[in-house]
Amino acid sequence: MNEADHLIELKGMTKTFPGVIANENVDLALRPGEVHALLGENGAGKSTLVKMIYGILKPDAGDILFQGQPVIIDSPAHARELGIAMVFQHFSLFDSLSVVENISLGMDKDVPMETLAEEIREISDRYGLPLDPHRYVYTLSVGERQRIEIIRCLLQQPKLLVMDEPTSVLTPQEVQKLFVTLERLADEGMAILYISHKLDEIKALCHHATILRLGKKVAEVNVDDESTSSLAALMMGEDLATIVKQDHGSYGEIRLQVEGLNQPAFDSTGISLDEIHLDVRAGEVVGIAGVAGNGQDELLRALNGEEKCQSHACIMIDGKHVGLLDPNARRKAGMASVPEKRLGHGAVPDMDLVDNAFMTAFHRMGLLARGLINYPKTRQFADKVIEEYSVKTPGSHVPAGSLSGGNLQKFIIGRELHQSPDILIVSQPTWGVDAGAAQTIRQALRELAANGAAVLVISQDLDELMEITDRIGAICGGRLSRFYPTSQMTIEKVGLLMAGVSLEGDSQDAA
Amino acid sequence: MEILVPALLTIITAATPLLFAALGELITEKSGVLNLGVEGMMVMGAIIGFVAVHYSGSAFIAVIASMLAGGVMAAIFALLVLRFHASQVPTGLALTIFGIGLSALIGQSMIGIAYEGIPHVSIPFLSSIPVLGALLFSHDLLVYFSLVMVFAVYYFLNKTRGGLILRAIGDSHDAAHAMGYSVIRVRLLATLFGGAMAGLGGAYLSLAYSPLWVEQMTAGRGWIALALVVFATWRTGRVLLGAYLFGGITILQLHAQALGIGVPAQVMSMLPYLATVLVLVLISRDLGKIKLNAPASLGKAFHASS
Repeated sequence: MNEADHLIELKGMTKTFPGVIANENVDLALRPGEVHALLGENGAGKSTLVKMIYGILKPDAGDILFQGQPVIIDSPAHARELGIAMVFQHFSLFDSLSVVENISLGMDKDVPMETLAEEIREISDRYGLPLDPHRYVYTLSVGERQRIEIIRCLLQQPKLLVMDEPTSVLTPQEVQKLFVTLERLADEGMAILYISHKLDEIKALCHHATILRLGKKVAEVNVDDESTSSLAALMMGEDLATIVKQDHGSYGEIRLQVEGLNQPAFDSTGISLDEIHLDVRAGEVVGIAGVAGNGQDELLRALNGEEKCQSHACIMIDGKHVGLLDPNARRKAGMASVPEKRLGHGAVPDMDLVDNAFMTAFHRMGLLARGLINYPKTRQFADKVIEEYSVKTPGSHVPAGSLSGGNLQKFIIGRELHQSPDILIVSQPTWGVDAGAAQTIRQALRELAANGAAVLVISQDLDELMEITDRIGAICGGRLSRFYPTSQMTIEKVGLLMAGVSLEGDSQDAA
Repeated sequence: MEILVPALLTIITAATPLLFAALGELITEKSGVLNLGVEGMMVMGAIIGFVAVHYSGSAFIAVIASMLAGGVMAAIFALLVLRFHASQVPTGLALTIFGIGLSALIGQSMIGIAYEGIPHVSIPFLSSIPVLGALLFSHDLLVYFSLVMVFAVYYFLNKTRGGLILRAIGDSHDAAHAMGYSVIRVRLLATLFGGAMAGLGGAYLSLAYSPLWVEQMTAGRGWIALALVVFATWRTGRVLLGAYLFGGITILQLHAQALGIGVPAQVMSMLPYLATVLVLVLISRDLGKIKLNAPASLGKAFHASS
């Protein structure tokens, strides 16, 4: 390998934070036109490394060569000047502004709106990234929002494009489109650094992969020479446990039944629910796939009682009508739920974990004594959840908002699971949780079902749904598709359901 | 016609102070700062404007002085809220109480002094058109200025890069900061603009609407200006509509009282407040539109930590 060919070369990058070595002596090199994967678990140091490339963090040690010249990248503006662009996992977008206004704000110079809108149209046509420059961001899907970020980068004509977990929020079809775009960019000579922990994507897209574990580079491999399982072994340092599904056809009574649920949208940006029919049996895990913003939030709220239904009969728990009951009454009836948004919906950010544990568990765990909070018992309960689900926290006394997203998710899921509910409704159970912990959560959901509970999982992660559900359907524009046994489905078929297309040979009943 | 024209004229003068204060607060809130001290800034503008005109005799100097007074009040607020991260709501409430007290103290020697009111400009020829001339072309300069400001604020917010940055900061200060915009500086300027406009609104009361000084002469108009901004869902055109609606009903109920309608005077005095709130609530029920126009980070403290 000739060094002069490299677009960018990192040597011995080291970065420590108080108490943690985030990166230790990491090397990385990219050629023009190469798609290079940066692979690792959450906390392996991927983000730290790319933040140093983009000038957000300063390395403690190490050298960066860009086009053969040693450089010190001290700010994102400097990185952009060199020709490095980055698409972040969490978008910096303004919901109440239009696409072109958002892009204009991210430009270093002031370009007239109409000229800019024209440039956006041009790039979106050329790279197959359809996007109307005058739409407001709050009306866009996550995939479309990501296109804004990508187009914003492409407008700067970068030489190196860094993408931080770009597919975590996309549908399989959107992922395919994104890959076509990225391949075309690579063909035009752009180097792409692709950060992910999804192995089949890396197999499909990348040429080389650098694998990080606990801040250290463990290997650099040629992707074609590796299998997904050998990559997984490199990434985790061990093999993943496989999920055990119970025997099919041994489900019990219907525990959760929804009959003709209609719910108007709460405002003009919301989605109205249209004739929802659904049933989940004891011992069964049912999955609902869907692109964000197609009524998942509304469905969850209608099911858990945050929004009351129009009739008492449209939701039944174990045959009892609950449509007009509030969330606490439904909890008493045996239903637990985990919303998608953790802070502010699943947990109160400023309250400590003990108080947060109390909020949903006081009835089933008997944490209330004559109208007063039984603190010793609540603390015990919170500590137990922390221990069982290995939540990383200094203790149960810290505010929920101080936990990382993945840890808070473990706590919230653990809080609900520990109450052994009869029905569990969970949205995005493992979003942002590292692979090991995600597997624990999935296993726990299966075990809950095995013990006779009905579990409904609403998720955008299709691999996850395929892995843990018994039946699967999709929600699109507030309408549910038919449900099919997961064993008869493929990711592509679920993708069609998510797009609102009904499958051919639709004669089989939604059994 | 002989009753109608003077009535319409008083409607315009009753609406103008609200319009100034509400336009200022609109800019402040669009940047994400909730300043509940409008009443206090207005009443300070009223007394300082009146003192200035009493000693200098110049309406121009009085107007500038009142804007400075409102600006200084806003600067105190900005210092506490933006620099020392005080909570915006109680700080704004305290600013109002402070303004009411301080204006009363300054105004002790001003009670009972009369002022002839700031001069009206009659545009030659145009002002002699019957009815229309009196309605449109013979106001004091501040009335025209308030309407110019409606257009200026609309243009700034929707057509300029500065306005875009201001709205972006009000929508998500973290994202704006990440892009390298100076959240604190923009918010400081927006708050100062709000203060100057509130001061000007107050001065319009003591220099033009009823040219004398009475303690607490703003009589809750600062609060109405605040309500206008919210109920107008942060849209410039609706602020104008709301201000004139309030002015209109204020004057109409005065005339109705004079005619001796058998409704208690207190009920009649409630009408403008009630009707303005009601109408604006009715036309602004769409939550989606509110989401679009409401500054999402309104009232939230910004810490430039990262």
